[in-house]
Amino acid sequence: MNPTLTDIIRDGLWHNNPGLVQLLGLCPLLAISGTMVNAIGLGIATTLTLLLSNVLVSLIRDHARPEIRIPVYVLIIASIVTAIELAMNAWFHGLYLILGIFIPLIVTNCAIIGRAEAFASRNSVPRAALDGLMMGLGFTGVLIALGALREVLGQGTLMANAHLLFGDWGHGMTLQLYPSEHGFLLALLPPGAFMAMGLLIAAKNWIDSQFEAEPSPTGDETATATEASPDNA
Amino acid sequence: MRFRTESSPHMIPAHSVGGVMQQVLMALVPGTLAMAWFFGWGVLVNVVLAVLFAVAFEAAIVAARKRPVMPTLGDNSAIVTGWLFALAIPPLTPVWVTLIGIAFAIIVAKHLYGGLGYNPFNPAMVGYVVVLVSFPREMALWPAPDTLSEMSLGLGQTLQTVLTGSLPAAMDWDAITRATPLDAMREGLGAGRTVNELTTSPLFGTFSETSWEWIGNFFLLGGLYLLFRRIIHWHIPVAVILGVAIPAGFFWMLDPDSFASPAFHVFSGAVIIGAFFIATDPVSASTTPLGRILYGAGIGLLIFVIRTWGGYPDAVAFAVLLMNMVAPTLDHLTRPRIFGRERRGPPPGDGHG
Repeated sequence: MNPTLTDIIRDGLWHNNPGLVQLLGLCPLLAISGTMVNAIGLGIATTLTLLLSNVLVSLIRDHARPEIRIPVYVLIIASIVTAIELAMNAWFHGLYLILGIFIPLIVTNCAIIGRAEAFASRNSVPRAALDGLMMGLGFTGVLIALGALREVLGQGTLMANAHLLFGDWGHGMTLQLYPSEHGFLLALLPPGAFMAMGLLIAAKNWIDSQFEAEPSPTGDETATATEASPDNA
Repeated sequence: MRFRTESSPHMIPAHSVGGVMQQVLMALVPGTLAMAWFFGWGVLVNVVLAVLFAVAFEAAIVAARKRPVMPTLGDNSAIVTGWLFALAIPPLTPVWVTLIGIAFAIIVAKHLYGGLGYNPFNPAMVGYVVVLVSFPREMALWPAPDTLSEMSLGLGQTLQTVLTGSLPAAMDWDAITRATPLDAMREGLGAGRTVNELTTSPLFGTFSETSWEWIGNFFLLGGLYLLFRRIIHWHIPVAVILGVAIPAGFFWMLDPDSFASPAFHVFSGAVIIGAFFIATDPVSASTTPLGRILYGAGIGLLIFVIRTWGGYPDAVAFAVLLMNMVAPTLDHLTRPRIFGRERRGPPPGDGHG
């Protein structure tokens, strides 16, 4: 019940990754991962939120009455997100305009309240902070992988609009891999996001299966395909 | 005297999967030739390329899944998928578009779901929709039927165009392509012209543009052959065609200026080939008699709705995929009564006696 620090790091980044394993926060994950820069922007905002909310929730964990703990967490998270939203509006205005509604919507990202409830409310401040940071980085990693995949397939670029995030020298960071009129438009559309996400999850499971010497004891694949054949006469 | 004893099975079913698919391929030949007659070598080049890709992907993915390759290829289903895909795309489509579409059709739509018999969606249509959504420019370049265009491409020029994606020198896309009847109708109505103005142009035959009408006729011929050989049942094709024609006729009678006639709808685009060859896919379609009628009627209605108010000129692929999603529910709701039981009686063999 008391994970070591290494466990916390490993869980956040890989074994219990909020994007690939818990499948939390899919809405921003799928909606914002059209380009890598958007992904990095939202990833950083989410990571900051997770870090701060875990720290604050951990600080008040002995004072918040259990009956009202969820509203308290929501208030804390909402305040943090509002602060981050204002900060982005001030310093990354271009990116703020692109990400739009998805910055305030970080409040509703279940990964954040999930970590607050499941981890931060039962652990000391440093451990909660580490967990928040690692979960955030894990989420950001998935966002960036998805963003890079979709951006390369969809419009043939990497790090387009990087100046929105990094200032003027970001203009030089954009890579054009092939002419964009041949882009695979589906990758930028919502179905492409779901497919790319499915492929990433499959890739993670495949990597895990390669590293596992013995088959895992939990049979996670129950037979779902029961073919109903009415004509067996 | 000795009698030769044979072990069972003594009754060999008339249709193996490979045999059925072979019949479907034969039935596709007249329509395909008619398309090639009107649209040039590109149709045949596409068919050959798409079939080659489909078989190659099928072999590769089956091998990757560690299944026996040759028996799987023997069911000919990959050939049918490739062929139908090739008929859906414009004749001069660049080869990489075909490659991507077939890859999606065979790998994603078919084998990620478990292979033939497990795919909930029609693979050829998934491949087509993927390229249609992804490459709208390439998918809009329908050449003018050869009977209309001043210059037509020879086999060599067609191959060059398909393989390199650019036309031979001294030709450009504007000169050899033109709007399909559905495109023309859509654009014309959008621009405020009446159906009558659009259909009185000399290109139009009895119902639709002459070329598409004849292509439809030849696919109809192949479809009737499949019906005659009992490869397909009448429910789905009839329901699809009526599903298009009845709502189209209703709106046409209300306002013949802004809604095309039901005959135009049936004989333009992919309705005939869709009704007989695509909607009747035995894997992804509904399987009960009533279910088939509802399934086909749903496809027809969706074709009319998307064509008239949707974002694309033709809608057979979208309609088929949407109804594929509904097919399991239709099957569940329209299960025929089991002989000797009440409609709501328990099925035999589930322990209730």
